Amino acid sequence: MATLARLQARSSTVGNQYYFRNRHLNRIVTVIQKWWRSFLGRKQYQLTVQVAYYTMMMNLYNAMAVRIQRRWRGYRVRKYLFNYYYLKEYLKVVSETNDAIRKALEEFAEMKEREEKKANHEREEKKRDYQARKMHYLLSTKQIPGIYNSPFRKEPDPRELQLQKAKPLTHRRPKVKQKDSTSLTDWLACTSTRSFPRSEILPPINRKQCQGPFRDITEVLEQRYKPLEPTLRVAEPIDELKLAREELRREEWLRNVNDNMFLPFSSYHKNEKYIPSMHLSSKYAPISYKEQFRSENPKKWICDKDFQTVLPSFELFSKYGKLYSKAGQIV
Amino acid sequence: MSQRQVLQVFEQYQKARTQFVQMVAELATRPQNIETLQNAGVMSLLRTLLLDVVPTIQQTAALALGRLANYNDDLAEAVVKCDILPQLVYSLAEQNRFYKKAAAFVLRAVGKHSPQLAQAIVDCGALDTLVICLEDFDPGVKEAAAWALRYIARHNAELSQAVVDAGAVPLLVLCIQEPEIALKRIAASALSDIAKHSPELAQTVVDAGAVAHLAQMILNPDAKLKHQILSALSQVSKHSVDLAEMVVEAEIFPVVLTCLKDKDEYVKKNASTLIREIAKHTPELSQLVVNAGGVAAVIDCIGSCKGNTRLPGIMMLGYVAAHSENLAMAVIISKGVPQLSVCLSEEPEDHIKAAAAWALGQIGRHTPEHARAVAVTNALPVLLSLYMSTESSEDLQVKVLLPWIFRYTSAEGGQLSTT
Repeated sequence: MATLARLQARSSTVGNQYYFRNRHLNRIVTVIQKWWRSFLGRKQYQLTVQVAYYTMMMNLYNAMAVRIQRRWRGYRVRKYLFNYYYLKEYLKVVSETNDAIRKALEEFAEMKEREEKKANHEREEKKRDYQARKMHYLLSTKQIPGIYNSPFRKEPDPRELQLQKAKPLTHRRPKVKQKDSTSLTDWLACTSTRSFPRSEILPPINRKQCQGPFRDITEVLEQRYKPLEPTLRVAEPIDELKLAREELRREEWLRNVNDNMFLPFSSYHKNEKYIPSMHLSSKYAPISYKEQFRSENPKKWICDKDFQTVLPSFELFSKYGKLYSKAGQIV
Repeated sequence: MSQRQVLQVFEQYQKARTQFVQMVAELATRPQNIETLQNAGVMSLLRTLLLDVVPTIQQTAALALGRLANYNDDLAEAVVKCDILPQLVYSLAEQNRFYKKAAAFVLRAVGKHSPQLAQAIVDCGALDTLVICLEDFDPGVKEAAAWALRYIARHNAELSQAVVDAGAVPLLVLCIQEPEIALKRIAASALSDIAKHSPELAQTVVDAGAVAHLAQMILNPDAKLKHQILSALSQVSKHSVDLAEMVVEAEIFPVVLTCLKDKDEYVKKNASTLIREIAKHTPELSQLVVNAGGVAAVIDCIGSCKGNTRLPGIMMLGYVAAHSENLAMAVIISKGVPQLSVCLSEEPEDHIKAAAAWALGQIGRHTPEHARAVAVTNALPVLLSLYMSTESSEDLQVKVLLPWIFRYTSAEGGQLSTT
């Protein structure tokens, strides 16, 4: 501690001694240093001024730019993002469209109502007309006033006039009901060879019942619809042989080249006629049906009974004497 | 015995058979007889009569079977178990039109009860024969075949795919163009049931060119036909944006809006369903609906209906308002909010209330202006009471809990009567 204090004192004195010995040099150095420091300071000052100037200019520019941007932002938002006037217009247009649509829809609903009412009205009219036609008998006559023409009224009910104008309905003809394919009778009818022919209109039931004992219905129907039992002559004709001969001749004639008789080659130059065989040249043919019987002359008959047949007659005579009526019978 | 007597025996037997089958068919129309018939073992008897020689007996037996199978699914199962279906399918190809109608009726009656039964029908190869029946001349046969296909396709997507694979869709589109109204109805409902399962099936229906024909028929005055057509179009358009755009391109607006004014409830419901399915996909489609004046028409329709018929219209407003605040503003200026709050307060059903609350939420959530428009109609006290009430369902309470209300009402300050 003591040495430190002594060192301190010595240093100051050393400095002072130096100072007092070199006063002239110090003064010169101070001047140099003074000028150097002022030069530095001036340089520094220039820089500071420049910076300050620069900052001021930038602030100015920034402020101006902000002004421009402010204006632009306001314009942009107002025009493009949220255009108040456009929105107002739009909402006005929307409300106008709404009103127009509401009016149109109301008119449409009204029109529909009117149409429906008209349709109802027409239906009512038609119904009333039909009723008038049905009840035309309620019309008043000369003697008796009708329901709608009360004598206590000043003038008749309009219904009365309607009844007068209406044309009475005719009786409905019984409609032939269209049978669709679902009924049994149709199926039966298509196999009609076995079933009875049916009429689709039933007979009227208001006829008086026929009186009397009736035959058994099966018998009657059997008789009425007895199937055809043709006789042998109709079923199988008896001039079959003749027909067959004709047929054969026709077929042979077809094969003829020439209708004239062929002359034999051996007697060609002789020009002789052909002599047919005995069978072909005979003028006797099988006896025809009519020539088999003589005509009848009752005055020449020797007895009134028929001849007894020894041999069985063929079916030509099967009906002879067994007919219904006695017309043409032997008396 | 003579020939006639022998034949008489046969005639008697045939008459007995016909009478039996006609009586059974008539008894089967009344439900109280069906139990008795089933216990008496009518199924096996009818099965033998189905193979009868006489065509009328066959047809009546098929008709009776159809009526029995129609009644409940036990009987339909019994029909399948007795192996009646292969015989039906085989003779369906060959017989006359009355038999075809009766057989298609049986297939329809069996197929409508459950997917397993419908699968059984598909397994015995009925689809090809039914599609052949769709090409028949008689419109009754076509109608019966289309109905059977519809009930088969209704259950799930695989069955619909099977029906489409059998080539039914182009024939159904042809059936729609026929003049008979009943046939059009059934064909439209069949297409609707096919298209409703998946986007691919809907795309198949659209590729067959159905949309143009369906759109033309919206103008038809028959109410049931309109109902089926609107249902078909809505099933097609609900799957994706492209399909919805295709439906819109068929120029249904503004004709569809006239259907919203129809007398029939189902037509109104289906029309608002169709508009909802179109509007829910993108903001552009919603904008199209709004520009055509659809919002006003739907709001009027909501006002004139009651109950479940209102539900699609309410949801449509919610979907439109959800897309953007301009559209929500459009809904507000069309006077939709008072109507929705009326629905909220007066409807008894929970799900309709939930839908109305959701729709109000979608309208009000965009900006304070929107919230104010909702609050002005005094809907908020109603919403709160619904939330607090013990009777309302979970779903309703969740929908009513609208945190945005508090956010925006605080933004509006003391102007609103907040709760």
